[in-house]
Parts: sequence; C-alpha cells; structure tokens
Amino acid sequence: MTGAMRVLLWLVEGTWQGCVDAARPLLPSDAEVVLLHAAPGEVEEAADGALAGLLGRGRPGPGRHPAGRIGVLSEQAAAELLAAAEARLGRPARQEVRRGRVERLVVEEAQGADLLVAARDGDRSRLGPASLGQVTRFVVDHAPCAVLLVWSDQVPGLESIPPRHPPGHGQPPPPARH
Amino acid sequence: VSRALAETVALLLLAATLAFAVVRPRGLPEAVAAVPAALLAVVLGVLPAHAALQELRDLGPTIGFLAAVLLLAELCDREGLFEAAGRRMAAAAHGRPVALLGLVFVVGSAVTAALSLDATVVLLTPVVFATAARLRLRPKPHVYACTHLANSASLLLPVSNLTNLLAFRASGLSFARFAVLMALPWLAAVAVEWLVLRRFFASDLVGRGELVADAPAGGAPRLAAAVLALTLVGFGLASVAGVDEAVVAALGAAALALPALRRGRVRPAELGRAVAVPFLVFVAALGVVVRAVSDAGLGPLVGRLLPAGGSPWSLLAVAALAAVLANLVNNLPAVLLLLPAAAAAGPGTVLAALVGVNVGPNLTYVGSLATLLWRRLLRERDAEPPVAEFLRLGVLTVPPALLAATLALWALP
Repeated sequence: MTGAMRVLLWLVEGTWQGCVDAARPLLPSDAEVVLLHAAPGEVEEAADGALAGLLGRGRPGPGRHPAGRIGVLSEQAAAELLAAAEARLGRPARQEVRRGRVERLVVEEAQGADLLVAARDGDRSRLGPASLGQVTRFVVDHAPCAVLLVWSDQVPGLESIPPRHPPGHGQPPPPARH
Repeated sequence: VSRALAETVALLLLAATLAFAVVRPRGLPEAVAAVPAALLAVVLGVLPAHAALQELRDLGPTIGFLAAVLLLAELCDREGLFEAAGRRMAAAAHGRPVALLGLVFVVGSAVTAALSLDATVVLLTPVVFATAARLRLRPKPHVYACTHLANSASLLLPVSNLTNLLAFRASGLSFARFAVLMALPWLAAVAVEWLVLRRFFASDLVGRGELVADAPAGGAPRLAAAVLALTLVGFGLASVAGVDEAVVAALGAAALALPALRRGRVRPAELGRAVAVPFLVFVAALGVVVRAVSDAGLGPLVGRLLPAGGSPWSLLAVAALAAVLANLVNNLPAVLLLLPAAAAAGPGTVLAALVGVNVGPNLTYVGSLATLLWRRLLRERDAEPPVAEFLRLGVLTVPPALLAATLALWALP
C-alpha cells in the first residue's frame, strides 16, 4: 500500500456513534478519513408525491412546499450529524453529504478507499440473513474495498446462536463409539 | 345532440380537465381548464343548464365547508399547533425510533381525521421530518407513515377528506352517525398500516436517537387546541340542532382568524390564500363536468356495475371497484362518478366506496396511475426516483387495509 490509508466512515442516524467509536482506535495517525452521510432521495419524493396526489390543490407558495422544507431540513441535519461525528472522532476529517440512492452512493464513495466502516442495521431480534438491512447488504456485497461491519449498540453473546438441533426435531444420533 | 355523441364529448371534457390538472402546464391553476370544460358541457348541450346549476347548488355547502376547514388548518398551523405536536413527540419518544413511529401514527391519524389529509400532507409531514432530525433518527419510516396515513386515516369524519365531504351529503347520514360507522374501519385501516410499516421499515427503526437541537421556542397553543376541540364537538351537535356543519367550521375558523388578525399575526391576504379559491372553483367545475359524464350515460353504467346489497362480498366489491377507479383517475373524480349510484344503493354502499377511494390511492403513492406515469415521463432524463419501494409498500398495505376496513364496516351495521 502506498501513501496514507484512506478510510470511509458511512454514518447513519441511530447507529453512527458505533462506527466512530469502532474506527477511532484503529486509525493510523496519518490516515485520510472521510465522513459520509447519504440521505435517501425517496423521502422528498414521498412528500412531493403525496402533494401531487391532492388533485386540484395547486402548489403551495414559496417556503411552504413540504418537499422543499424537507430538503432544507435534511441538508442541515446531515451537516450537524457530520460535525458531531468529527468532534466525537477527535481528528479532522473530510465531510461528504450526498442525496440519492444510498446503497449506490456509498459504494461509489468507497471507490479508492482502503477501508469502509459501516454499522449493522436490520432486525437484530433474530440474528440471521434479515439482521442486515437491504441497503447495508448491497453495500457489503458491492463495496470495492475491505468493510468493517460494526455493532452499533450491544454485541450479542454466543448464546444468540440457535442450538444445532432445535427442540422437537429429535435428538441427534449418539456419536459412534469404538 | 345524439346520446352517443354527448357521451363522447362529456368524456373528452373530463379527460381534458384531468389531464390539465395532472400536467399543470406553466403551473397554471387546475381551474383554468376545468371551468371552460364545464361551460362547454352546457354550451354544447351535453348537460342542460338547469342540471349544471342544480349541481352547483348541491356542491355549494360542501365547498363552503371545505374552505372553512382549509382555513382552520392553516390557522392552527400559525398558532403553532403542529410545532407543538412535534415538540411533544420528540420529548415522548425518548430517542426510541419505534416509539416515535407510534407517536407519528397517533398524531398523523388524529390530524388527518380532524383537519383533513391536506393538513397532514402539507403541514404535518415537514414537522415530522424535523422531529426525526431533531432526535437524529432516520426520517424515512416516519415520513412514509405520514403520506400513508393521510389516505388511510382519512376515513373517520366527513371533514377528514374532500371525498368524505362530497359523500357525506349524498349519504344522508348525520355527522355523528358517519363517525360512529367509520370509527371501526378507520381503526382497522390504521392498524394494518402499523403492522406493515413496522415490519417493512425494521432495518430503519434501529439505534437510539438523542435530542440534539432545542425545539423552537413556543408555548402550548391552547387557543388553537380549544377551538379545534370545540369545533369537532360542534360538528356532532350541529346535525342534532339542524345547523349546517359548514357554519360550525366557519365559526371555528373565525374564532382563530379574528384574534390573529387583531394581533397582526396574519394578514388578510394570507387568509385569502389559505382558502384556496382556485381549488374551490376547480371542485365546482369538476363536479359539473362529472355530472355531464354521468347524465350522458356513464351514470347508469356505474349503477349496473356497482354491486348492491349489504353482504360483505358486495361491500368488498364496491370498495375494490372504487379503489381501482381512484388509482386510474384520482379519487376526486372517482367519488363524483360513483356517488349517484352508491347513494341510491344506500349509506353502506357509500361508505364502502369511500373506503376504496380513500385507502386505494396508497397503491400509487402519487394518487393515480395517470400522475405516476406523467411524473415518470418528466423525470426520464433526470435521475429516476426510486419509486419501486413505494409501490411495494402500497401493494403490501392497500389490499389488507381495504379488506380489514370493509369488513369492519360490515360488522357494525
């Protein structure tokens, strides 16, 4: 590897602290760090679409359009989240705010990085395929670099693994003894 | 004019009115096409002038009612009612995303029921986004919940949806009776939305939020809350006292407008804008055009297609037919087309049709297939918005919500 290590932290509301905390002790002092927030573009589209469904109501005046108001709030919230993340990381980092198809944006941004740090999402009540959300699944499958997948809250214990033979499915045959 | 020709002309006028409303060339108000279309229907002899005037007379009180409700919602917003709801939700969620979604369901259902779906779409949705952002939680499930509840939770009261206002008078029910009959279907539709959204967005309802920003300052909007509550009670009492509900709505709007005007918190011009005169004119003109279509021959056809009787099967068939029609052309013309035949069949059929036209639009998240296709056409060159997810959510929620709400309607005769 030539030059400084390039690390991309993909930060999402609700789980971003876990990413920052996991990355902080691992980063070499000369690492180039990018903090990425990717907002799903469909949120504004949902608000705009709902308005379009109200036939005949015209368009609200300036500053009153719900999708427009959401767009402004969204940029503000993303900037605040990244500023908080930089402070928590305790070192300068480049901040990147994007909006669109989240899974594609993250993979795009990971191009040229050495490491992508991402938080797990999904249903963690039953650990299995569904414990990784669709967006995260896509990123893990397509990331053009190594991925560090972080538990954002509690790390599950080994007891979260189901027994090999669930009750009611019969006992395994005893191992043969010679 | 021959019958076949009249029918064709009427349908063309309706198609032109709707196409203009969907496309909105140069951002012109929808009434710009609807009014000439209504006049043409009369001038060309498709609809007799006396029938057009009769239609306008029938629609008059409904349009007045609509204007008062629009004004009431706007004034509640200016009094800070929605901001206050956002503050309460942020505090009560304690950073938990599922708790916030639950609160959004409660507030979204209540706002839609009391102040109409317009209030939820235009006024509440941005506040809900801001609340999620203030808690640093993913906004998507909460915003989608608002857009879905604007439709599904608009079953409860005549004021909850313009479709209800139109059907309310045709049904011959009192305000209170309407609410009693629709309470269970309303709860059923909201419950289905909750069960589906909760699972659909499981991977976005993770982590724990933090209260990052201080809420914008503001006291409790006691006046707005009190006026709104009294207005709702007034609606219930109005039919008993033989007073038109539109009068009650106007009194409620005046009770908020006068102090706001006196204290200079709102300008008369802003109140005028909130009443949305072009929209009211559009509704009146659309009513006349649809009446022309019905009288020219489509009315009897709808009557033959519409299953009669109070069995669960016929109610489900009415709701499904209404939902399909709403998704084809938008629910406003759909309900106007269905109403004469549905009203003739009885209040049960009217309410089943309302379940269809109100819940149905969630299938195509922009209200109708026509609007969806037009928006896709517009965006062809741009980055195409990821609509597949909305449509998937629509397919998952609408059929079970229709089924649950219609069966609930049947269960309480």
